[in-house]
Amino acid sequence: MKTISSNVENVYEPAEQTKKSAWKVLKNQKYLYYMSIPFVLWVFVFQYLPLWGWTMAFQKYRPGVGFFEQKWVGLEHFRTLFQDDHFYQVLRNTLAMSLMGLIAGFIVPVVFALMLNEVRLQVMKRFVQTVSYLPHFVSWVVAAGIVTKMLSTDGGVVNSLLISLHIIDQPIQFMAQGHWFWGIVTGADIWKETGWNAIIYLAAISGIGPELYEAARVDGASRLRQMWHITLPGIRPTIIVLLIMSIGHLLGTGFEKQFLLGNHLVIDYSEVLDLYALNYGLAMGRYSFGTAINIFNSVISLILLFAANGIFKRFTNESIM
Amino acid sequence: MIFTYSGLITGFKISVLRTVIGTAAGLISGSMLAYTLARSDFQARKFISAFLAVTMYVSGGLIPGFILMKDLHLINTFAVYILPGLVSAFNVFVIRSFIDGLPYALQESAKLDGANDFTIYWRVILPLCKPALATVALFLAVGQWNSWFDTYLFNGSNESLTTLQYELMKILQSTTTSATNAQDAANMAQRMAQVSPESVKMAITIIVTVPILIVYPFLQKYFVKGMTLGAVKS
Repeated sequence: MKTISSNVENVYEPAEQTKKSAWKVLKNQKYLYYMSIPFVLWVFVFQYLPLWGWTMAFQKYRPGVGFFEQKWVGLEHFRTLFQDDHFYQVLRNTLAMSLMGLIAGFIVPVVFALMLNEVRLQVMKRFVQTVSYLPHFVSWVVAAGIVTKMLSTDGGVVNSLLISLHIIDQPIQFMAQGHWFWGIVTGADIWKETGWNAIIYLAAISGIGPELYEAARVDGASRLRQMWHITLPGIRPTIIVLLIMSIGHLLGTGFEKQFLLGNHLVIDYSEVLDLYALNYGLAMGRYSFGTAINIFNSVISLILLFAANGIFKRFTNESIM
Repeated sequence: MIFTYSGLITGFKISVLRTVIGTAAGLISGSMLAYTLARSDFQARKFISAFLAVTMYVSGGLIPGFILMKDLHLINTFAVYILPGLVSAFNVFVIRSFIDGLPYALQESAKLDGANDFTIYWRVILPLCKPALATVALFLAVGQWNSWFDTYLFNGSNESLTTLQYELMKILQSTTTSATNAQDAANMAQRMAQVSPESVKMAITIIVTVPILIVYPFLQKYFVKGMTLGAVKS
């Protein structure tokens, strides 16, 4: 009986729990431990042990050799990395595509959610929303297939359209020219994720009190003004939290899109950090060098996350930590 | 016939298998962990939550992950599709937020009836969590069904463990490059004599997309809720 009452009340009165000996609580909660410890161990093995693998970047790692027999080389791999011209090209590609993705992936869903919110016909609204989620569930493999097909030079929809509108006379080789690549990746990303990312904004918008809109209407505010002065400030915390999180993932945009949409003709524009680690680290058996690339990626991501969090905390009082 | 393309049958089997097993395993482990984290009296709750939350922002990266799989002898096994993604912090937090919203009195009365924590989880919490579980099931299933990179990285040379997405990816990669490469074009022409890659591509695209199109409208009301739950809490 006592356990039960402490269960209910300890949220408000933690003192109740500390009175009992920790050992007794542990015994009482043994099932909770049985139910969580295996997964904690699992998380440790599959999520934390790879972090231990970072030591490889400071070794001349040879597979199949014990940890203590590895040769330590300090920062040599990082030096190689920073002296490699190729690395800066890859970094440029990563940053360019991430930034384009960040800006587009942040503005387009907000605008989409705002516009959808103005649709008064419920059936229409629901239909548009349902259709807009759909691409999120389609794999990148299929999406890349569709994009490639649409942009192809023989019978691709985009080229046919442009030719029939007399905008161009010759089909453009979209997939074979590097300077198109960043735009194609960003466009594909917008097509795939806009509807999905708008879900959270739409939910936040529906949480705004209707009395605010009524008051604004009484004061004669147009719908555009209502959007600007009520809806947007209403979803501001959501926008900022999501923005911070996507800044934290700036370098970790993944490489699926680039891997699937890229080819050797556009590799100067399509290769991103993870692909670089894959092609010049893993594929060549240079595990240590590849790990150095991964570390660089993770560390920069963390710095960006904390910086973004700090800046927003200071200026807007919104933060995730 | 496109079904003579051997990768198609194996790929379908493995894709279905990994989706079913991966989803079931992920649901059970995720919900179990979520329940313990939703118990405000659980001693280790704060520690485990933080331990889990870290994984949302820090990851070892591609190569340390690969080496780990190699050291665990998971390369060229089916288990490599299931084990690494078993517990996802995001999914756990989605389910936990949902459990947090359930009235505590339910657990209390079960406890009075002499149920232990596991029984409460299994008999009281799980049946009530269906909306959250549906959301997470959708995330897990779509993730498993759509994934190709783990096949490429870990099981690329093992034809008996191929997946539909990986087969599709191989065909796509060969056609995008072949348009500009004479050697590849020749290879492709040779292969086309047996089965047209275009028709295999179409077949796989339909097989991998249609199930999602059929399932997702029914789950829509759940995942919309689930997405917002996860966003609020984590």
